[in-house]
Amino acid sequence: MTNLPLQTTWFLPRGELSRLIETLRADGYEVVGPTVDQGAIVYSEIRSTDDLPKGWTETQGPGQYRLERRTDDAYFGFTVGPHSWKKYLFPPLVTVSTAERTPDGWSISDGKNDPPKYAFLGVRACELAAIAVQDRTFLHGPYVDPVYKARRDQAFIIAVNCTQAASTCFCTSMGTGPRCTRGFDLALTELPAGFLVEVGSPAGEALAARLPLVEAAEDHTREAEARRQNAVDQIQRRMDTTGIRDLLLQNLEHPRWSDVAQRCLSCTNCTMVCPTCFCHSVRDVSDLTGDQARRERQWDSCFNLDFSYMNGGPVRNDVRSRYRQWLTHKLASWFDQFDVSGCVGCGRCITWCPVGIDLTEEVAAIRSSDGLQRPPVSPAAT
Amino acid sequence: MSGKPRLAVFKFASCDGCQLSLLDAEDELLAIAGAVEIAYFLEASSRVLPGPYDVTLVEGSITTPHDAERIQEVRRQSKFLMTIGACATSGGIQALRNWASSEEYLRAVYARPEYIRTLSTSTAIADHVKVDFELRGCPINHHQLVEVLSSLIAGRTPRTPNHSVCLDCKRRGTVCVTVAQGIPCIGPVTHAGCGALCPHFDRGCYGCYGPAAQANPSSLNDWWMQHGHAPQQLVPLMRNFNGYAPSFRSESERLERMAATSHSSDQVGGNDK
Repeated sequence: MTNLPLQTTWFLPRGELSRLIETLRADGYEVVGPTVDQGAIVYSEIRSTDDLPKGWTETQGPGQYRLERRTDDAYFGFTVGPHSWKKYLFPPLVTVSTAERTPDGWSISDGKNDPPKYAFLGVRACELAAIAVQDRTFLHGPYVDPVYKARRDQAFIIAVNCTQAASTCFCTSMGTGPRCTRGFDLALTELPAGFLVEVGSPAGEALAARLPLVEAAEDHTREAEARRQNAVDQIQRRMDTTGIRDLLLQNLEHPRWSDVAQRCLSCTNCTMVCPTCFCHSVRDVSDLTGDQARRERQWDSCFNLDFSYMNGGPVRNDVRSRYRQWLTHKLASWFDQFDVSGCVGCGRCITWCPVGIDLTEEVAAIRSSDGLQRPPVSPAAT
Repeated sequence: MSGKPRLAVFKFASCDGCQLSLLDAEDELLAIAGAVEIAYFLEASSRVLPGPYDVTLVEGSITTPHDAERIQEVRRQSKFLMTIGACATSGGIQALRNWASSEEYLRAVYARPEYIRTLSTSTAIADHVKVDFELRGCPINHHQLVEVLSSLIAGRTPRTPNHSVCLDCKRRGTVCVTVAQGIPCIGPVTHAGCGALCPHFDRGCYGCYGPAAQANPSSLNDWWMQHGHAPQQLVPLMRNFNGYAPSFRSESERLERMAATSHSSDQVGGNDK
């Protein structure tokens, strides 16, 4: 095995991409990555390069996503789609425990927690940031989530640098991209002839040593840099994050919340596609005899009326208070809770909102009339 | 509830599909039959026992003077009355008559309309008697029915989520048919229960489970109108199995008013030319 130093840049010829997938699969990884399905580029199991969205791209706008053909046959010539890696790390439905009535009383067992070893292929910079945000939620707090941990600990991450941007992208405003700088084992930048490969961890180094890599030529490095710059240049959407926590928390009675509530469907799509939203609910399900029960955890949303149901009624009993809860948590109180923004600028909530509500516009609207409707600030308001 | 609860199932104006959903619950049917005493369920058994009943399931809407009286007696005989399905809960597809002339329908359908005694409206059971629980769907989902019956037998509160269909699409990984394909889908304003069946098969949601909690159909329709759909085209989406549910009803009536306004302004425009 060649001993590759960390941070060296290598080149993987285009025809050898399949070796990467084969090597991971031979090591027992379930490789998951982008593939075309249901009119979009989604994440699913990748068995070979044939499963990748070769020659496909997309256009995105508020409430709209369309798959399109590229003029070349790039494997990663698109941005982010409706799925995120959270569907693997924080699955939509898990059985956390089961209970069975026996002659000696209830027998309770933990739910099955032996996930496959995932290799994520094609993780973008905003998504690396999102995984880091969820790590804080599920791993770095006082309670470690065993479901997340079992998946996260084993995951092998192959990042891909964006070489283009969608109209909904605003990672540059959030400081999360488009360049992948940390949180990966390997990072690729796609060029017509192959992939520039950066090593980001000892595990990445070990894998790289088994791939048919050559040292990157200066031309490759320069071209990769130009392509990554293209993504930066294409990003048009901006969110001014200056003092955003205080801006939102000091405008809890701003009329814009009522305005957005007229448009918001409270349908949960933004929270479902958000790669950092982690809300869930736990319910007990029993069979008709009451002898078998299981406790299930499933994705839930602050946009659901029942989600704030407490002692006789919902606390957030209108769309205005639910939208405000979501946005102020994501962009403001997330800092208090996790010391980081809950938004990574991926733009999914803008694209996948059925009525195209754009959080960057909502924030801008509040900022443009900041102070006009400011109530007295009380510490309890946060 | 002490002892074996007595179960009754009554039918009003309906297609029987919801009762069949109970008979369709093949894996659980024997357990249900063992857990309750089936006292009145004509779809399943000709054995009829008199009331009172602990749990009564009511299928169908009220469309005749006779049924308007009969539901009062069913209520008197029932400790816990639950409606099953869109007809009983919102008036059903037959509530389309509420926007039309039932007299004209009678003449068109029946050879001897003078023998037919009917009301001019189809209305939900809750418009006539107190309803303890409403189970949505056209037809109902038998898993939900079993969950509700299990809850009642176990003495816990039944839980049927009132969120939108979208949440279920996302949980199962279904890509939004509206955003990715431009297919009009009323899932964002529709009550969950089907497990997001239609979008999974590349079709828009028809709203079989009626409006979700605090649904906002006006915003959804405004969006489609901004994207080239005429209000008149959107009316049928709101007027389906749950067209007479209050939020869908007021929205379809708003769309009709808009269609009438745009039609008359079109004519004005035409006259100008």
